[in-house]
This record gives sequence, C-alpha cells and structure tokens, in this order.
Amino acid sequence: MEKRVTFDEKTLPYLLVLPQIVITLVFFFWPSAQMIWQSMLLEDAFGGNTRFVWFENFAHLFQDPAYYRSAAITAVFSGAVAVLGLALSLLLAVMADRVIKGATAYKAFLVWPYAVAPAVVGVLWGFLFNPSVGIVAWALRNLFGYEFNYVLNGGQALVLVVFAAVWSQISYNFLFFLAGLQSIPRSLIEAAAIDGAGPGRRFWTIIFPLLSPTGFFLLVVNVIYAFFGTFGVVDALTKGGPAKATEILVFKVYNDGFRGQDLGGSAAQSAILMAIVILLTVVQFRFIERKVHY
Amino acid sequence: MKRMLLSSVAGLATLLSVASVQAQTEIQWWHAMGGNLGEAVNALADQFNKEQSAYKVNAVFKGSYTETLTAAIAAFRAKQNPHIVQVFEVGTASMMAAKGAVYPVHQLMADTKEPFDPKSFIGPVYGYYSTTDGKLLSMPFNSSTPVFYRNKEMMKKAGLDPEKAPATWPELADMAKKVVASGAKCGFTSQWQTWALIENFGALHDLPFATKANGFGGIDIELKINSPGHVKHIQALFDMTKDKSFVYGGREGKSTALFTAGDCAFHIASSATASAIDKALGQGNVGISMMPYWPDIKAKPQNSIIGGATLWVLQGKPQAEYAGVAKFFSFLSRPDIQAKWHQETGYVPITVAATSVTEKAGFYQKNPGRDIAVKQLELNPPTENSKGLRIGNFVQIRDVMDEELEAVWAGQKTAKVALDDAVKRGNDLLKRFEAANK
Repeated sequence: MEKRVTFDEKTLPYLLVLPQIVITLVFFFWPSAQMIWQSMLLEDAFGGNTRFVWFENFAHLFQDPAYYRSAAITAVFSGAVAVLGLALSLLLAVMADRVIKGATAYKAFLVWPYAVAPAVVGVLWGFLFNPSVGIVAWALRNLFGYEFNYVLNGGQALVLVVFAAVWSQISYNFLFFLAGLQSIPRSLIEAAAIDGAGPGRRFWTIIFPLLSPTGFFLLVVNVIYAFFGTFGVVDALTKGGPAKATEILVFKVYNDGFRGQDLGGSAAQSAILMAIVILLTVVQFRFIERKVHY
Repeated sequence: MKRMLLSSVAGLATLLSVASVQAQTEIQWWHAMGGNLGEAVNALADQFNKEQSAYKVNAVFKGSYTETLTAAIAAFRAKQNPHIVQVFEVGTASMMAAKGAVYPVHQLMADTKEPFDPKSFIGPVYGYYSTTDGKLLSMPFNSSTPVFYRNKEMMKKAGLDPEKAPATWPELADMAKKVVASGAKCGFTSQWQTWALIENFGALHDLPFATKANGFGGIDIELKINSPGHVKHIQALFDMTKDKSFVYGGREGKSTALFTAGDCAFHIASSATASAIDKALGQGNVGISMMPYWPDIKAKPQNSIIGGATLWVLQGKPQAEYAGVAKFFSFLSRPDIQAKWHQETGYVPITVAATSVTEKAGFYQKNPGRDIAVKQLELNPPTENSKGLRIGNFVQIRDVMDEELEAVWAGQKTAKVALDDAVKRGNDLLKRFEAANK
C-alpha cells in the first residue's frame, strides 16, 4: 500500500505560502514595477518637474558608448569572478576534505572571510595594495620590480576588484562544495581506487559529476553575486575608477542615480540589468542544468 | 501628605520643563562634515542654542556630500525634509533648477525681516551663490580655494631658495625639474585636478568654462574647456609627467599623501588642507603662495574661484520656523563666529569683517600663508569667467573631465583630443540636464 500525505484542506496551503507571497510582492514586485515606471520618466532630482518620455531613457543609453563599455567590463568581471571563485573554492574544498589532522581549524579559517562585510573587504584590499603605503604594492615594487598602482592603472584595478570579490565569496562556495563532497559515498571512491583509478581520474569521473548539482547551484548564485553583490567591494576599493575601468553595471546604476541625480536613466539601467540577469538565469537552467546529475 | 505634595510639585515641574522645551522651535540642519569639522559644526550649533532660547538648531551628520544631498532629496520627496541642508558647490545648478524645493536666502531674509547686508560678504564667495542680478540663493558656509604649497626642505636640497615660490608655470616647471634632479620622487602634484587645473585655471586666466557666463545666464550652455589656452596648459603638464616633474596622484584629495610623505616638493591643494599639511610636514617647513599662472595666456592673474559647500533652505516647513533659520544664518555670518570657523578649519571667512578680526588677532603672523586664499580670491573684481560656475549635471561632468585627464596622464590621448572629447561628452550631459529641467 502506498503511503501518501495529502492535504484535504483547501485554504491551509494558501495560508501557509501567503506570508512569502506578500513579502515577494512588497519587496520584489512592487519596487520592480516602480523602477519600470521610473525608467520612462525624465525629472529633476527633487521631483518638481516630471515628464513621461516613453523609452527615451533607454534610447539614450543605447547611444552611449560608456554604457557599452560598462557592459563589456561587467562581462569580463562577472565571468572572472564566477569562474575563479568556483575553481578556487572547489580546489580548497577538495584539499580540506582530504586533511585529517586539524581539519576543523582549516575549515574554520577558510570560512572566516565570509564574515567580513563587502565594504571592509574593499578597504582591506585597498590598504594592502595602496600604491604609497600598501605592503603588497611595496613588496611587488621592491622585490619584483613590478609597479602596481591600481589608482592609475585600469587593468590592475580590475584585477584587484576581481580578486577582492572572489576572496570574499570563496568561503560561501567552499562550504557548499565541502558539504557536497562529504555527501559523496566513500564506497564509490574506494571501489574506484581498488579498480586502479588514480586521484585525478577519481575526481573527474566520480566526484565532479556527483558534485554537479552543488556546482550548478553555486554557478547561479555566483553569477548573481558578481552582478549585484560586488557593489560594496567596488565602491570601497575603486569607486568604479580609474577612468571607469571598474565601473560594472550595478555601480553605474548607483553612480548615475545617486551621484548624478539622473533617476530616470538610472532606473532604465536597472531594468536592463534585471533583464540580463533573468535571461542568464534562464539560460543556465535550460542549457547547463541538463548536464547536471541529481 | 507632604510626600504627595512634593511629588506633585515635581510632576508639575516636569510638565513645565516639557512645555518650555516644546515652546522651542527645532531647526533641522543636515550636513556632511565628519571628524574634526563635524565637531566644529556641533560647536556652532551649541553656541547658537545657548545664546538664545527660542530656537534649537539640531545638526545632523548625514555622510558625504553626495549622501547628504541624496538623503535630503529623498526626504523632500517624502515631505520629511530638514530646514537646512549643506550642498557642495557642484550641486548648485541642480538646487537652483529645483524650483519649489528651495527657499532662496535673499527671500528668506526679506520675508522674515532679518537684517542682511550683501556688501558685508567677500565678493567671490557671494557671487558664486547669487543670481546674475546679485540676489543670494544659498548661505555660504565652508568655502575654500586652491593654493600653492611648497616643501622648503626639499627646495633647499635641490639648491633652490626656499622662500621664493614659483609665480608662473614655467618657473614651477623649472623648479620641479631641479627637485627631481636632486633625487626627489616627484616634483609637483595637484589635488582635485578638475577643480584646480581646469576650473580655477580658467578663472585665473579669465578663460570661460562654459557659455552664457559659465552657466549663470541660463541652462542651455556648452563647455568651452578646449580653448587653445586649456590645451597648452594640459599639454605642458603632460610634458612634465615624462621626467616626474608632475605626478598624478589620483582623484579628489588623494594626491596630498604624496606631498605630506615628502615625495613631491610642490602641491596645489585646497586652502582647507593647510592645517593637515602643517601637521604632517611641520609648519616652518611649508610655504603657501598663490597658484602659478601662464604669463603668455594672461599678463596678470585674474582671481580664483571657490569650492566647498553652502547651506540651502528647503521649502515645506511652517513659515514661523523659517524665522529661526534666518536668525541662525545671521549668527553664522557674525564676524566672531566666522573668524573662529576660519581659524579652526582653514576655510575662508565669508565676510570681510571676519578677515580683519582674524588679522587683528595676529593669526596670520602666527600662521603665515593662511591669508593667501582670501587674497587670491579677491585679487581682482570677478569677471564673467571668474565669478563661479553654474553647470548642470556637474558631478558627472567632473567625472568626465577626470577620465579624460587621466587618459592624458596615461599617454593614451593628447591634450587636444582629450579636451575635445571632454567637451563633447560634457555637452551631452548638459543637454540631458536641460531636457530634465525644461
């Protein structure tokens, strides 16, 4: 006999999901609707002079070379943050999984950076690499003869924000990968070892495929993190500079809206950014998820 | 019985004191002055509150200039705005365009019948924040102007006379070269490059920044910063970067670290940086003089313009409360208050009387060079090009100028190309501002 739990009650399930629906409506749908409305307005900062301009703000954006540049920077930045963040944390998780002595200490230290707020991450990395007082910048100059100056050099600034953003996200990825690794049955790996598979082969044929659900989840989360969550790091470290070399799309939304008081243009950028992330998530679910083994 | 009486008396007293507190009208003042400056601001509010009892000014620190402005805008839209908000000079055009949001100071003073004499203010300070017909819009508060600092010890080491400051750019270029030749890491660096090297350069040489009297005459304007004079100036600075006679040290005030660390011998920086520089290098080691100029662009320098912030009054409060705002503004412009503010912070005094109070107190003898800022501002009666700037979307336009200048320093663009591009991109932003404020 099949045992199934069923709800006869018709209203209870709706009541149970109601709080979540209300929260979603109030904190997600309402602001998004307001943003789309705002993106079609042209107004002065105090809102005394408002005109409805249809898609003029969008048209203006698509004519602006600075916007395409920011989009290109975002593509490079987000790709680098997601790939590096996942690869490094997977490596660390695999290593930490093997450690026998002091495993808890290693794990605790690897999780620590997650407790550091993004703005503090930015300040820390900025201090280490500061061209005049930073100890790492000093070492690079005096020990390796390499001039590292992220205040002036756009490429170096981009590398620095990528590393800071990755560093701050590694712990989160690490935790999930470690949990994923520990849920892989030992017997499978031992059986493969008995059959003569080396560590590399064991990893690629057994562990990696079995980790793919975790990996897929983290890919989605990391792409969203790279698009939105890295704002604090960029703001504290470079403020989008030098010469907009690190101005990712989410920072441009803030910069144009709150520093430039161009609310309509900023809302239009938000709308596009939202569309990009929705599209990316859909693509990930449709094409990458197929390769995932659950 | 006795106890009951006592407690009711105590209760009555509490009630009375509550009533007297309520009778006091609270004036909200949002500002962006952190650290030592924040303490000086609080001291001003405290003193005003002690001197009279009808009004209580409540000074609230709201973060950076941008954050303060954003907070005030959000509050205004929610009808929760403060009476007074401190706005930086680049926000002036945005504030002026916000009709219905702002209560112009000249009108406030007239409506509340508060005595007010425009002539008591220092010309360039007053002019920056008044209409073309001389009506004051916002209350000048913290104003500064870029001045020239020199490290005397480094000059001595390079065999230069430490008491002789370079008056012109060619002299500075020559001295910077000698300093670098004597082993210094850098000759000269500048703070706030757009403010010092473009905006104040223009004012000093009587070159326009934008059409229609730098935007004082309307919002349908175009930038003029790609004139032959501007191009020559920026190209000459680029030539100085080749042997480190000029080193770019980052935006805003970042480059001051290069000067205070003894890397650079010469520095253009806000007059409000003087006390920090004195502290870092030792007062006797620092010389302050006027900014250099190009004799072949203009035989004698015109005058410099200010930066800093003013206090804007926002609409939407009961009329009676604005009397308190007017009283507070009169208090702020009193000579003793201004003189104290000037001496403590390094900002220029906003009234002529405050300068003479400071002079009589012997402050300039003890702190040589602290009077340079006012002297440079008042060098000549301001022209259309040296009265100030009223540019819409100015925050973004400064970003554009910063980017284009950085492209010059990095050797990616020539001065001519970069300034042409800055004008093109800036004009686009100006058009957008015009469209939003039609």
